Amino acid sequence: MSIKTILNSSIIKKVWMALTGLFLCTFLVGHLAGNMQLILKTGEEGRRAFNEYAYFMGHNPFIKALSYITYFSIIFHAFQGFYLTYQNKKARPQGYAYSKPGANSSLPSRYMAILGTLILVFIVTHMANFWWKAKIKEDIPLHTFTVTVPNPMGGVSQKQELYYTHNMQLIPKSDEIVVKNHTDLYMANLNVKVAEGYKDLHTVVMDFFNPKKNDLALAFMLLYVFSMGALGFHLWHGFASGFQSLGINHKRYTPMIHGLGKLFAVIVPGLFALITVLIYLK
Amino acid sequence: MATKFINITLKIWRQKNKESKGALETYPLNNVSTDSSFLEMLDQLNEQLIQEQKAPVAFDHDCREGICGMCSLYINGRAHGPDTGTTTCQLHMRKFNDGETIYVEPWRSKAFPIVKDLVVDRSAFDRIQQAGGFVSINTSGKTMDANAIPIPKEKADSAFEAAACIGCGACVAACKNSSAMLFVGAKVSQYALLPQGRVEAKERVLNMVRQMDEEGFGNCTNTGACEVECPKGISIENIARMNREFLFAAAKSEK
Repeated sequence: MSIKTILNSSIIKKVWMALTGLFLCTFLVGHLAGNMQLILKTGEEGRRAFNEYAYFMGHNPFIKALSYITYFSIIFHAFQGFYLTYQNKKARPQGYAYSKPGANSSLPSRYMAILGTLILVFIVTHMANFWWKAKIKEDIPLHTFTVTVPNPMGGVSQKQELYYTHNMQLIPKSDEIVVKNHTDLYMANLNVKVAEGYKDLHTVVMDFFNPKKNDLALAFMLLYVFSMGALGFHLWHGFASGFQSLGINHKRYTPMIHGLGKLFAVIVPGLFALITVLIYLK
Repeated sequence: MATKFINITLKIWRQKNKESKGALETYPLNNVSTDSSFLEMLDQLNEQLIQEQKAPVAFDHDCREGICGMCSLYINGRAHGPDTGTTTCQLHMRKFNDGETIYVEPWRSKAFPIVKDLVVDRSAFDRIQQAGGFVSINTSGKTMDANAIPIPKEKADSAFEAAACIGCGACVAACKNSSAMLFVGAKVSQYALLPQGRVEAKERVLNMVRQMDEEGFGNCTNTGACEVECPKGISIENIARMNREFLFAAAKSEK
């Protein structure tokens, strides 16, 4: 069997779907761990935790490599999925006049392509909402906060705005400090880099779902929750299905994989949705 | 259970030949014994049609005892009808109610073209079998004692369960993708599990899967519909085994 026939075979296509799908499941866990920072800690501490996390994700070379695998997996999983659906439709040119698929298979298992399409639409929207602003447009303000400095001479205390930087320094915002390359803080007169600021992604997220700051906050919150529903149903079938496609079927372990897949399908999208709702209600 | 007689309305797919465009025709049929099998009911309908000088409905059947795999029929939205674990010949009219409308359609798959009415051409399965569903060991004359080769009981049982496949095509008919993976999985497994079949296992799985893909069956999405509708209760474990066998064989293939 030639390598071309092997790569084009229906089983290898399934294996690709399984590998990319299961990899994306691990991505979801990583993404969720980051998002949990949005609700586990509050105030300035929460802001710092999230922005530090975002900085780490953007600068660690290992994470960077993983992010490219993630982009590839999303695109490959989606397009391969569309192609497989097209092939499967072609395999039955004329359908049944009367069919009862509910008697032999679960609803999510039969609607994987539609659920997947909803998820793809969500991913595009979600990336336009955040990823585009952070990675391409680069117009996210740096993490600053204001402290009140008491006047040693007595009288009116002064407000001072500070940059929070990656080397944990606090640098006062003044005319002597200029921002270059979106995040680098330079001494204006010496042209020396003093530190690197954190992008304030925390505020971007919080404001995005804040009805007082974004007129579309409610619509987006509902879209995000709805999409997590679609993701949940997709995973309800997809998680265990991936193992079956890889040939992993075992009397003892397969029931565990099915149970784990269902827990994963409820807990992970559930927490993502909960975070969105909690931020909206804040 | 006392015999009852019911009146039913049949909606049956009629199609002259492969090329013509078919349609569902409605036939009322009275006094159907609940003890008759589904195929006997169709015989009764055909007698009625012949008396009315109409063409009888063509449908596949042979042994009528659930083992030959010839009968097919998509009845009321399910392969081999509403009962599980049975072929159409073993489905009885007691499973239907008086006054019920029953839809009878042929297997729908590009790989199973319609020959006439409810008869489909399942020779795609034969070609898959010919691609590798056999052992080349000569089994005639000087036959070795079967027990000379030790085989664990569990493996022998699994192979036997896979070998129960009668090749009826219900898996393809029930699958939303018209995938033949349960059939091929069963055929690959029944040999792969036994030492006699292991010898050619790698070539077998590669050749059978290639032939399956060439026949135009769809791709498996693990809905599990096939194992529910299979009259012989073949498990999708066999599909996983085929996937495994294929992956290892493909990785080692030198051709």
